[in-house]
Amino acid sequence: MIAISRRQILISGIFLWLFAVAGTTLVALTEYSSREAIIENERQVLLRNLYALLPRDKLDNDLAEDILELPASPLLGTDAASIVYRARLAGEPVAAIFNSIAPNGYNGKIHLLVGIYSNGKLAGVRVVKHAETPGLGDAVEVRKSPWIKSFDSKSLTDPGPSGWRVKRDDGEFDQFTGATITPRAVVAAVRNTLLYYQQNASMIFN
Amino acid sequence: MTTSREISRDGLWGNNVALVQLLGLCPLLAVTSTVVNGIGLGLATLITLVLSNTIVSLIRDFVRKEVRLPVFVLIIASVVTIIELSMQALFYDLYLVLGIFIPLIVTNCAIIGRAEGFASRNPVGPAALDGLMMGLGFLVVLALLGALREIIGFGTLFANAELMFGDGAQTLTIEFNEDYPGFLLAVLPPGAFFGLALLIVIKNWLDLRPQEKQEIIEPVPETV
Repeated sequence: MIAISRRQILISGIFLWLFAVAGTTLVALTEYSSREAIIENERQVLLRNLYALLPRDKLDNDLAEDILELPASPLLGTDAASIVYRARLAGEPVAAIFNSIAPNGYNGKIHLLVGIYSNGKLAGVRVVKHAETPGLGDAVEVRKSPWIKSFDSKSLTDPGPSGWRVKRDDGEFDQFTGATITPRAVVAAVRNTLLYYQQNASMIFN
Repeated sequence: MTTSREISRDGLWGNNVALVQLLGLCPLLAVTSTVVNGIGLGLATLITLVLSNTIVSLIRDFVRKEVRLPVFVLIIASVVTIIELSMQALFYDLYLVLGIFIPLIVTNCAIIGRAEGFASRNPVGPAALDGLMMGLGFLVVLALLGALREIIGFGTLFANAELMFGDGAQTLTIEFNEDYPGFLLAVLPPGAFFGLALLIVIKNWLDLRPQEKQEIIEPVPETV
């Protein structure tokens, strides 16, 4: 063990402290100067996802601003509060876009954006986050496969309750070759979101 | 004193971070499912290496030996955080793909390895060059491994190039065969291990070739 004098310890400590201050200052400055750009980027991505479900000419409000916080609900698959985006045209409700979760994907939760018109028909569904197997289950992503578009303009009555399953379970929706669990989870989650909307429509557009 | 030539040779080939030192495997194996991902993480690592090596070299005479490692870690962590924030501000789409791997650069032993092993003992010029060359060597391996896995796994090359180079780069994407069913193993983590092993084999084979010729010539005088 090499003896270190008290003075040396002090100098080292101060040196380390100076570096911590300098490093933190630099990071703080970068954070400050990039904060607005980052918030704007996040907003753009959110808007891009939302407008993928709803044509811009069908609404005239700011989708990202007209939001409502929903409590955790088993139908939405959420165990914490989630946000619903509301689309309106001249003040009249047009559609609601839910953040819902399919809790039983092959590899954990599948996060969905589910757009529902005020008449109960689906505007569309998009997967925003998932950990499904690349090449098999990830066909739920719109850029990998058009499958997710098979939900467009479906509703609780079209198909009926027995149709809201994948074909292997005698339903209407295709499964993927080699992956049944993923589409099964998504189909169930979309139907549950429709049920949630049916039960809570008046509360959402209060 | 090492010459620029030696430093470059070491970084790109002789002491390559990924093929010889086998450092930074965690991000290397996780990200290289496509070329674009590989290049993205490679560039971020390259910038980190150059900056951290430069700063470490600049302060090498002031840092006391006892606190050098915490100071290096602090420098690397600051540099990586700044890169992460800048990437979020400038290349958000690429950040969405690589985001979770950027903080991992901090844990890439290659960076603290170069800070401790080279930059803290050499002047700024060679230290920065060492960072650049080590980073380039790492970048090339990431890109090669990404290309290998993308071609075998997806049957494409340069998919999603627009994430990094802007919308004009969409035309860069090459699709070899529209009906290619894909080869899952190459995309999953085992594919990364196989691919890296293959690259190491090729490198060692190239290294060993000239020696084999010498071995054939050498025994001749002994038998005489």
